[in-house]
Amino acid sequence: MSLIDVRDLARTFVVRKRTQGHPPWRSRTRAEVRAVHDLTFSIDAGEMVGYIGPNGAGKSTTIKMLTGILVPTAGVLRVAGLDPSRQRTDLARRIGVVFGQRTSLWWDLPLRDSFELLQRIYRVDPVRHRRTLAEYVELLDLGDLLDTPVRQLSLGQRMRGDITAALLHDPEILYLDEPTIGLDVVSKGRLREFLRTLNAERGTTLMLTTHDLQDIEALCDRVIVIDRGTAVFDGPLAGLHQREDSRRTLVVDLVDEAPPIEVEGAETRRVDGPRQWLSFPAGQSAAPIVAAVAASYAVADLSIQEPDIEEVIREIYAGP
Amino acid sequence: MGEALAAYVAISRLWIRSSLEYPVSFAMMTVGSVLSTGIDFVGIWVMFSHLTTYGGFDLREMGFLYGTSQLAIGFADLVVGNVERIGMQIRLGRLDTMMTKPVPLIVQICADQFALRRVARIVQGSAVLAWAAWGVDWTPARIAVLVLMLTSGAAIFVGLFVSFSCVQFWTSDASELGNAFTYGGASLLEYPLTVFPRRVALGLTFVLPIAFANWYPSLYILGRHDTSGLPHWLELASPVAAGVTVVVTAAVWRLGVRHYTSTGS
Repeated sequence: MSLIDVRDLARTFVVRKRTQGHPPWRSRTRAEVRAVHDLTFSIDAGEMVGYIGPNGAGKSTTIKMLTGILVPTAGVLRVAGLDPSRQRTDLARRIGVVFGQRTSLWWDLPLRDSFELLQRIYRVDPVRHRRTLAEYVELLDLGDLLDTPVRQLSLGQRMRGDITAALLHDPEILYLDEPTIGLDVVSKGRLREFLRTLNAERGTTLMLTTHDLQDIEALCDRVIVIDRGTAVFDGPLAGLHQREDSRRTLVVDLVDEAPPIEVEGAETRRVDGPRQWLSFPAGQSAAPIVAAVAASYAVADLSIQEPDIEEVIREIYAGP
Repeated sequence: MGEALAAYVAISRLWIRSSLEYPVSFAMMTVGSVLSTGIDFVGIWVMFSHLTTYGGFDLREMGFLYGTSQLAIGFADLVVGNVERIGMQIRLGRLDTMMTKPVPLIVQICADQFALRRVARIVQGSAVLAWAAWGVDWTPARIAVLVLMLTSGAAIFVGLFVSFSCVQFWTSDASELGNAFTYGGASLLEYPLTVFPRRVALGLTFVLPIAFANWYPSLYILGRHDTSGLPHWLELASPVAAGVTVVVTAAVWRLGVRHYTSTGS
């Protein structure tokens, strides 16, 4: 069985809306919003999975169900063999969670005190705790910050502190919700490096939601794209390029200006002087198109643009 | 249970340590709390310079009711008083991070920012009770009832604090609602129940069982009888009332947590 098993998962929220034209005590109508529906996927131990989607697609709702914070409305959910919302505190020992926009550290206490408290809360063996802590302090360069109250830390420092806090009990799964949000380029790079090492050396399963596709490109072998509450793509990152609606572009520089090129298998999307952009499906070979163009036109130069992942994902979102 | 208690102690100890880093400020806050929570009894004492009895109770007996009511709410306030901050924790998104830790949520909420200065109410209540106990004709049975009364009273108020705070799972800005019943209820208990309209007395017995926190067992200890015609066995029923309160509270809490809908993102 997979480490994380999600089948036909759904979560509905009841919202009350104010409506015009009724007396104030009857002005609210009940509406159900499907935040997540018909969501199915499974994740094996040791995988690094990117969970992406536009705002409001249901990413956080999914993470909150996986961690037991929210009770699903329907569907089957098993994480490490446990039912998250019913066995929340048992599950908590086996997972680590980092919310990029909030901290699980104690705001007014020095970092050191937060770590000490976590050792007690998770009942980690003191000797093992000291060893693990020393290791992460070294890896994440926290040595000079241990006596600083959390509220005085910068965003990047706090994030390193939060990640350490989530890992002190050596969890099997680490969920990261927008871990690089607001970080500078150097901090992002260091964080990605650290997460790669964590996965390689400890075999920790990683699931991260992010807006930053570079996180995905740097870390994840697999991407699940969620849109309007359900998965619209699940597969290797490379697979995103081979989707039918993913297209490559052949940029042709002609010797002279010409009307739009007409060849089999490609369509001309743009003409700018002697330069033309021909679009063709990413799964198709470029060779016959190049040959056809060269046979009928005087070509000065050619280049091929791979589909931009952000572009691809935008197309998926814009989909049917 | 033992694990939860250990976690409570570990978290609250950290907050005590951090509050003791400024000892003068801590001492002044505590003394201030003793004075401000003790002002009620000063009021009763002043009242008795014009009266010899109130509702049939003399000053020492009033002191007994006052002290026991203060101990019941004081203990509950110290241990679970922070539960009324649950709406704030929800709005700040802190409840989500608490829910990913292997300690019961209630323990984390109550121990978070544990305020030791809340012992003030217990200190002044104990002082008044000690003075009042001087006038009681103690027997082993009465001592046993006293112990049961103090534990049941604390449990009843723990239940009220937690139950009314659960409302905030539905509307996160209703933290004041519970205060009317907890602190408000405790103020009523400073007076003999017989001075209130019968309907109020019945409500405090059978709807919100606050009267079991001190009134009925106090009648037994002080050797007096309720003149309202309610059965005498109520005087010994406090542990039952406390048990029912705790069971109902646990159910309400579970319902609230499962209803929790978190905040956006």
